[in-house]
Amino acid sequence: MARDSQAALVALNRFGFGARGGASGDFVNAASDPRGFVKAEMSRPNGVLLEVPGLQSTAALGKAVFDYQFEIQQGRDAAAKSAPAAATEGPQPPVDAKGQRRNLSLNSIAMDMAPREPPAKPQENANASMTPPETMQPAAPKPPPQPLNIIQKTFRAEALARLQRAVIADCGFTERLVVFWSNHFCISANKGGVARMWAGSFEREAIRPFVLGRFGDMLKAVEQHPAMLFFLDNQQSLGPDSRAGKNRNRGLNENLAREILELHTLGVGGGYSQDDVTSLARIITGWTYAGRQGQLGAPGTFVFNANAHQPGAQRVMGKSYESGGVAQGEAVLADIARHPSTAKFIATKFVRHFVADDPPPALVARLADVFGKTDGDLKALATALVDSEEAWKAPLTKVRSPYEFLVASGRLLAQIPGDPGRYLNGLNVLGQPLWAPAGPNGFPDSNAAWAAPEGMKLRLDISAQIASRLADTIDPRDLLELVAADAASMETRRTVERAESRQQALALLLMSPEFQRR
Amino acid sequence: METTVPTTDCCESPTSPSRRAMLLGGASFAAWAYLPKFARAADGRDPRLVVVILRGALDGLATVAPIGDPDYAGLHGSIALTSSGPNAAPMLDSFFALHPAMPEFARMYRQKQAAVIHAVATSYRERSHFDGQDVLESGFAGPGRVQSGWLNRALESLPKGERVTSALGVGPTTPLVLRGAAPTVGWTPVALPQAAEDTAMRLIELYRHRDPALAAALTQGLALDKAAQGDDMKPKPGSNGIAAMRLVARGAAKLMAADDGPRIGALAFDGWDTHANEGGPVGRLAQLLSGLDGALAEFETGLGPRWRDTVVVVVTEFGRTARINGTAGTDHGTGTVALLAGGAVKGGRVIADWPGLKVANLYQARDLAPTTDLRAIMKGVLQDQFGLAERVLAETVFPDSTSVKPMKGLVV
Repeated sequence: MARDSQAALVALNRFGFGARGGASGDFVNAASDPRGFVKAEMSRPNGVLLEVPGLQSTAALGKAVFDYQFEIQQGRDAAAKSAPAAATEGPQPPVDAKGQRRNLSLNSIAMDMAPREPPAKPQENANASMTPPETMQPAAPKPPPQPLNIIQKTFRAEALARLQRAVIADCGFTERLVVFWSNHFCISANKGGVARMWAGSFEREAIRPFVLGRFGDMLKAVEQHPAMLFFLDNQQSLGPDSRAGKNRNRGLNENLAREILELHTLGVGGGYSQDDVTSLARIITGWTYAGRQGQLGAPGTFVFNANAHQPGAQRVMGKSYESGGVAQGEAVLADIARHPSTAKFIATKFVRHFVADDPPPALVARLADVFGKTDGDLKALATALVDSEEAWKAPLTKVRSPYEFLVASGRLLAQIPGDPGRYLNGLNVLGQPLWAPAGPNGFPDSNAAWAAPEGMKLRLDISAQIASRLADTIDPRDLLELVAADAASMETRRTVERAESRQQALALLLMSPEFQRR
Repeated sequence: METTVPTTDCCESPTSPSRRAMLLGGASFAAWAYLPKFARAADGRDPRLVVVILRGALDGLATVAPIGDPDYAGLHGSIALTSSGPNAAPMLDSFFALHPAMPEFARMYRQKQAAVIHAVATSYRERSHFDGQDVLESGFAGPGRVQSGWLNRALESLPKGERVTSALGVGPTTPLVLRGAAPTVGWTPVALPQAAEDTAMRLIELYRHRDPALAAALTQGLALDKAAQGDDMKPKPGSNGIAAMRLVARGAAKLMAADDGPRIGALAFDGWDTHANEGGPVGRLAQLLSGLDGALAEFETGLGPRWRDTVVVVVTEFGRTARINGTAGTDHGTGTVALLAGGAVKGGRVIADWPGLKVANLYQARDLAPTTDLRAIMKGVLQDQFGLAERVLAETVFPDSTSVKPMKGLVV
């Protein structure tokens, strides 16, 4: 059987999450049929879904979190009444409680080393106090930790399911696609308790079903998902001439409309104007979700609130959209999903993610063409990428993102997580907190972001911590065979072999160019 | 045998800073890697410049409120500041008032060490954050030029002195404004048990042979961390965003105060995109401004005697709508403020060619109309602090900007 070790590195690292340890045989399989190894997962579209017992729908989670927040608020109101003098505006006790919870065992853990402050963003009060630290370590012997609240529990369960899937996946290509699209259509769990509650279900419901489906369907599912409507404030946006807008003397919020055009579809320079943003904002007024009392529908589900919708026809990108309730906005989304600017924007981002920071123009053009001709078939897009020559010939110049690095480490060391804490803390330390990018443009996707001095130093520290915990039972020389076999450089081989300890050897292996570059 | 068992006071303390807190505070710091020749100039001045970038677009009308403008209160509605009552905004002159969350800046202003320039904008007139930041930081007239920043090109135009660190490279968090050919250094405070030095040296040796880019990055990362470490780097518990901003400023000031430290630094704070529930004298924006105010105070304290020769410039990519939106916030706009602080600032002034807030005077009937080009301010500061020639400023630092004259007299 032909064996192409260099192509195996591309298959495993550029397209996947890296070789698994143990007896997986990943490197050998990838070397004998690199393209087949990558594409095998795509023949199982349902395999992209994440259906794990215990994970609930957005609606069920919404109901739970609304009730939880309602109880907290009632408790606060009662406390404020009984002690009016002390009733200052910021509810402090939950913050203090967080501080006390973090008494952790010291020397057991690699990635737990980073201290874990809760998100630092000042936010709306009710939400800010409920944003949990991703940090609970039940092992602490001393002061018993407070029980996790429902938001923390949910977030950790969602994170765990995602991490487990990534660590055990055969190649990991479809999971990489999930991460790509989830970052393209990102929300931030730091927006508040509701967003943290929904971060996982958003990805399961609005991203995963369409990763090998149609872009237009994903777009619609995303923009109508309660998590996105909350993240970009659309549930607050009212048509100025709608009944609710007139009654309450409130009006438009352009946030979601702008990011739909700028970040989700056409891209900056994609041919839209400020007027298009405003028009789209008017068109999607009324796109919201039902709240705790369920006046508009089942709590936590998408609803179209005609009372908040700006009446009348609107022009977007030179085309008039007649008044028609929710269909008016859906028609706009369907059109911009097919716009050539969208095809170009998506193809560029896709190639930049998988191939190179400076994406080869011919490959971008070909993928944009596929996107356009197939009406945004994302399976066809991924297939065209894997079938291209460029994706296999381009040198492995990109440095793994923190998420890719930590998942690849877990796979190599055969550590299927039973608790997400170490991963979450590692991601925090390395600047890629799960489901919580700093802005609606998502995490960056370049070496400038991930291969910078501070980041590389922290990676080394984390690698050393992982090694200090796990190296006793492994032989780093065997692991190097699993990672790169005869594609490993002489220098890397020598560096690993000559290390002064197993711990040092493993840390160096995890930091080697063969492991860091993809 | 390498051991990396952490000690109890290393990083498990609930009060220690995390990378995440830093990132969510959005803060990072980068500086120039040479000690410029002018630092030993005959007049004994040793000028320093700090550029603070507020990403997300600062509401200038909420930061320095034109209370004397008859249309202000109506436009800013429920979040408008007032000069009387609880949380009164202190008046800077008979027309403008400062946000009450900035007492340190107010004090500096009274001491004539802080100034405000109002109705300011870059040359960018669209409303994308990312393009707006590119224009602000690249110094080019339009977006799409992201190879280098104006501060880096200004540095390249200066005579080079000794290196202050041995490593080149640009950090992930190096703001575009400081990116470019002139070597810079980056630093982010973090607490984590560190890999043994021997392991690091072996890895650098491997990288030197196989991956020079990673060798440069790692070398620099290791060197900087050492330089910035200190005993008092722990933030106070509680207000994390604010603490994070102060923490970064404290670390940056410590690096810049050293005799062989960088003279020029840039840092960025995220989170100013206040679309909803912006808040008035208290609330979301007030918390952010309080963090910024604390960061300025940290620079003053940390730079010590060097504060006398320092200019801190606070800038943002664009302003926000003059009228509040339907959700008690503001959307992307145009004109905003620039703030100056430092012992070298000719302060105690609000400089503004005020356009007025009548609808007819608003830019596109929605934003504060810009009357001052931000480049004029930066040019004025660079000229006064470092003696850069007007031609260099107009051609190299801010290309194609001959018509934008440096603002005179910003520096003492």
